[in-house]
Amino acid sequence: MDYFLQNLINALQWGSFYAVISIGYSMVYGVLMVFNFAHGDIFMIGTYIGFAIATLFITLFSSFLPAWVIFVAVVVITMFLASWVGVFVEVAGYRPLRQAPRASAAITGLMIGIIFETGILIFLGAKRLSFPPLMESVAYNIGGVYFTNVKVMVIVISLFLMLALNFLIQKTKWGMAMRAMSYDFLAVPLMGVSINIIAPLTFAIGAGLASVAGILYGQAYPILDPYMGILVGWKAFVAAILGGRGSIKGAAMAGYLLGFIEIFVAMVFPSTFRDLIAYSIILLILTYRPRGFFGMEHSAKLRL
Amino acid sequence: MEIARKFKNQFSNVPMFGWLLGFLAAVLVEFFLGYDYISLVLGLPKIPVLFGTLVILKNPIMIPSIIAYDIIVYIIPILIVTKFTVSMTNKIATALEKTPIWLSTIIHLALFYGIMHLWAGINDYRILVIKLTMVSIILTISINVINGYQGEFSCSHPGFMAVGAYVSSILTLLLFVNDKMFGTALLPSALGPWLFPFILIIGGFAAALSSLLVAIPSFRTRGDYLAIISLAFMFIVKSAIENMDFIGGARGMSSQPDYASLPVIFCWTILTIWIVHNFVTSIMGKALNAVRDDEAASESMTVKTKKTKIIAFMFGAFWAGIAGGLFAHVLRFINPGTFSIQRLAEILAMVYFGGLNSIVGSIVGAVSISVLGEALRPLELFKWIIIPLILIFVMIYRPYGLISFKEINVKKLFRSKNK
Repeated sequence: MDYFLQNLINALQWGSFYAVISIGYSMVYGVLMVFNFAHGDIFMIGTYIGFAIATLFITLFSSFLPAWVIFVAVVVITMFLASWVGVFVEVAGYRPLRQAPRASAAITGLMIGIIFETGILIFLGAKRLSFPPLMESVAYNIGGVYFTNVKVMVIVISLFLMLALNFLIQKTKWGMAMRAMSYDFLAVPLMGVSINIIAPLTFAIGAGLASVAGILYGQAYPILDPYMGILVGWKAFVAAILGGRGSIKGAAMAGYLLGFIEIFVAMVFPSTFRDLIAYSIILLILTYRPRGFFGMEHSAKLRL
Repeated sequence: MEIARKFKNQFSNVPMFGWLLGFLAAVLVEFFLGYDYISLVLGLPKIPVLFGTLVILKNPIMIPSIIAYDIIVYIIPILIVTKFTVSMTNKIATALEKTPIWLSTIIHLALFYGIMHLWAGINDYRILVIKLTMVSIILTISINVINGYQGEFSCSHPGFMAVGAYVSSILTLLLFVNDKMFGTALLPSALGPWLFPFILIIGGFAAALSSLLVAIPSFRTRGDYLAIISLAFMFIVKSAIENMDFIGGARGMSSQPDYASLPVIFCWTILTIWIVHNFVTSIMGKALNAVRDDEAASESMTVKTKKTKIIAFMFGAFWAGIAGGLFAHVLRFINPGTFSIQRLAEILAMVYFGGLNSIVGSIVGAVSISVLGEALRPLELFKWIIIPLILIFVMIYRPYGLISFKEINVKKLFRSKNK
């Protein structure tokens, strides 16, 4: 039982990363119907930005500011900077291809991702950096279950971000514009909602979320390398599609599901079976539920 | 511009046969004089392998001698020979026009192979580059069947390739090689090269069978969700191979016999182009296009959509399996990591760069991306900035790829150019 609870907490933490990152995919996919294959690498860039800001702030202010102020400042500034990376990807890679077949846009995203990876490798070299801890790690033990405050923080902040995003999408005018755009991205621009504002905004929100996930990831697993975005990114992409087109709730659920499958498979089987079983389950789910969890029928042609 | 127009006028009457003769002359010049006279005189350490691109990027001081080398060895012989044999080659081309098309194609291809063999014979690096390029051509054509002609976004090609590579490697290691993985050889190794085509075909069939895992869900799932299914398939194959210890697991397999020589791969490439071309221009191929453009309408026009999808996937996967088998026997080492996301990005880059729905486009895409990748090798990391940038520009200005929805007429290509 203890063992199970222990793994449950690990799975919640691991699923939180997938969930937060896959929401970024899901939003872009829902609003613009394109795959943002650069998103995994936006997550990576976000982590590096977070690393730079965190290192800077810790050296400058750690003597006279409390740790939580630094943490909040790092998160906010990183989100702001990383969202511009998202805007850049939209403007440079996706805007010129809005009339093109969607597969071409996906290829462009893939290539931008490769450029990001290589760029980081050129600027920073192949040495692995380690993310500075933004708060002191405290381990708790409740009834034989060990967990650290970092784990709790990851789970709580992820949930908070998802709720905040849900509020933004459901209650504000910007969110309404996004929902309208995802309903029909051809007609809505004719109604006075500019796609050239909504599209970068969507990318920016996704990138901001990914960068927070990056900071949290850096707290949990402090080693940074330029290819860290690939594996997490593709899995988050799978989760986003599994959740159903444009469904934030579905993407988050699928992210947690993926985290649970991976952790619990590793609990029962040797850990090398993780990908095999996780993807087999996904293949089965999509075979019997071809539109994902919450995907709807839609008029626009779903063709690449 | 004036010079270019004059140049074009001068050489507009040279038939394909004449150009091939010109290239033959250039290659012969390089073969007999290249090292002893030309490159030594120009101060080059050895014959520049890929027209000197590697040397230029490593050592810019060499640029004048490289340009001189290229002009002396390639450009001058080609221009002189094509110009002075133009009346003869036109007569030959006219004579070839009267023969059946297969005969003249074989003659042209034989000449082309001779040129390539001489050119590649200079050193092993050229041979490796040409082999890998031709494997990429097979691979790109095979993915074009699914992504271009049938119109699905399949991400599973590295998986198909892995199945073909592993099945054929297991068979050759089991049958013809004494190694520590499978023990002594079951058949005399002299039979190896003769049975190699059958082994490749078995690998191709294994890949085709595995493609049913993607093809059957495609009855109900289209577009994006199928892309995820195929991506999941790719990861499943990679992960499954990693967990099979009797074929090396994550460490991979090595010491495949050296059966994939240059003529073997060339024959397979030509065979692929020929068969796939016949397939996509057949009624079945038209059915693929019909399903791509409108599934419901084609269903009502008596196209069996399910059968079409299965055939498209199995056909594409078959050739991907063949390419995988050849790839394994070219590099003589494979591991599951070879067939992962990076390989997928490369394959997708090739097919979308070259052009969808076109075999010529696939060839152009495969050749350009592989040769560019080799030529820019001295730039190391910057290579991975330049190639993606080129691809982004191609996507922005030609969203369907360089040569899409077009084919070249072979008969027109070989025609004599008498005025």
